[in-house]
Amino acid sequence: MIEVLDVGRVFGDVVAVDHVSFRVGAGEVVGLLGANGAGKTTTMRMILGLLRPTSGRVELDGRPAAEVDRRLIGYVPQSLGLYRDLTVLENLSFISAAFGAPLPALDGAGLGDIGDRRVGELSLGLRRRVAFLAALSHSPEVLILDEPTSGVGPLGRARLWESIHNAADEGASVLVSTHHMEEAEECDRVVLMADGREVVSGVVSEIVSGFSSVLLEGEVGDEVLREIRARGGKVLVDRSGWRVVGLGPGEIGEAVGPSVTVARVPATFEEVFVALSRESAR
Amino acid sequence: MSWGLDGVTVRFGGDVALDDVSVSVSPGDIAVIVGGDGAGKSTLCRVLVGLTPIESGVVRRPERIGFQPESSGVWADLSVAENLEFVASAYGLESGPAGRRISYLLEITGLGTARDRLGRNLSGGMRQKLGVAMALLSEPPLLVLDEPSTGLDPVSRLELWSMIALASEEERAVVATTAYVDEASRATTVLALDEGAVLAWGSVDAVLAAMPGRIYETAERAGASSWRRGRAWRVWSGDGTAPSGARETTPDLADVVTVAALTRETRP
Repeated sequence: MIEVLDVGRVFGDVVAVDHVSFRVGAGEVVGLLGANGAGKTTTMRMILGLLRPTSGRVELDGRPAAEVDRRLIGYVPQSLGLYRDLTVLENLSFISAAFGAPLPALDGAGLGDIGDRRVGELSLGLRRRVAFLAALSHSPEVLILDEPTSGVGPLGRARLWESIHNAADEGASVLVSTHHMEEAEECDRVVLMADGREVVSGVVSEIVSGFSSVLLEGEVGDEVLREIRARGGKVLVDRSGWRVVGLGPGEIGEAVGPSVTVARVPATFEEVFVALSRESAR
Repeated sequence: MSWGLDGVTVRFGGDVALDDVSVSVSPGDIAVIVGGDGAGKSTLCRVLVGLTPIESGVVRRPERIGFQPESSGVWADLSVAENLEFVASAYGLESGPAGRRISYLLEITGLGTARDRLGRNLSGGMRQKLGVAMALLSEPPLLVLDEPSTGLDPVSRLELWSMIALASEEERAVVATTAYVDEASRATTVLALDEGAVLAWGSVDAVLAAMPGRIYETAERAGASSWRRGRAWRVWSGDGTAPSGARETTPDLADVVTVAALTRETRP
């Protein structure tokens, strides 16, 4: 179990993480979401025991994160942490020797035919599966994954998520950092951070459905857009037309006059981040 | 009038990098190319802009193309303004119109306050937006962007897609690649690639409608044609018959592309 208990971290004058609390129970997959600079990486580094909190504490299975046996933790960084010049088997033997764990079975993972190939020659999808196998070889109770499926196609992504969910089913507490709806939807719940604070947590589809944006229709000229920006609205464009985040339909109606129709529409995943970052900046 | 590839095959040594691939994009359209690492996305972009020779097929391209390579194309030692000015001079644009165009691009990218910052000191989001601005500078009829949103956070990604939507409003044809199927919802047409082969091609609705068989949801793995999706499993049934205990579900683009990849993989 991962417990983040009222944790804060300060770098000089900068508050990177500000009173954040959440837990990841055994068998749970929790997503950690936030724009760059929201404090995700600092939070992950404290959970990994690489950085001490300035206030509060992080506990893994009831013990301070910096003091737990490394064998409790499995970690797959974005860079994957494999030796590109070594073969798949050499990488796995090295890692299992370091952890004092048995060599994982390549056949069981559907990777039987790549044991003698150099990691550097493999596709990113295969490299990611090898990194997973390595991180899971010592049956860790806590699994930390940084954007685990970035750069992988849909089928490869489904296979990687299969092994993540399998690890959770066997009792691991899994924390996944991600920027993408497709990954966030795989998580049992997500914790969303902005400006170092936890702003909302829950099931991602429910969080997103709690937000709305405003769609503008009609004569949307530069003057109208400038007026909306001046009042603190963020103007975006997609195929549906001009969209505004951070201002209600009433406020926008006043700003644009009768030539533009203003309608409340469901927010997209990305628009929720824009709305939250604006709220927390106020 | 449209730009694109007709039945293009590219080989590197003995390896097929693109296998009889067609894609077409008209002014104002956005074509999104979806695929994982090694799918052929970058090769397709390079073929389209004329950097990679083809073995067979036809490439239709305008004289002027705005191209953002996967590396973003931003010079680390030049400032934001210098990057744009350099591109303007490379295209031989006159200083008056070029200055107005640069001011406009700095405004829509929100990079106006960072105009003197060196390329190396930009955040990932700023660098990608500058890359797109550089590709847009010469007002090209075709814009080709290779993984413009890779590594960006949701806020930067939205700003970037906003720029792309603006380019399409200006009647430019846009081709953009991504590894994420959800970004294809921003497209008028989608091309899904896997190891150089076409998995699906057409409008989002047409691609959804063209999937053979049906998709079901079950609580447990159900054979080779099933994959994990959240806590549940998805099962594809080619002849449409329901596996026992399964509930039919409406397929989305991720399901359709997964089915196509599975079918391709299990083909003898």
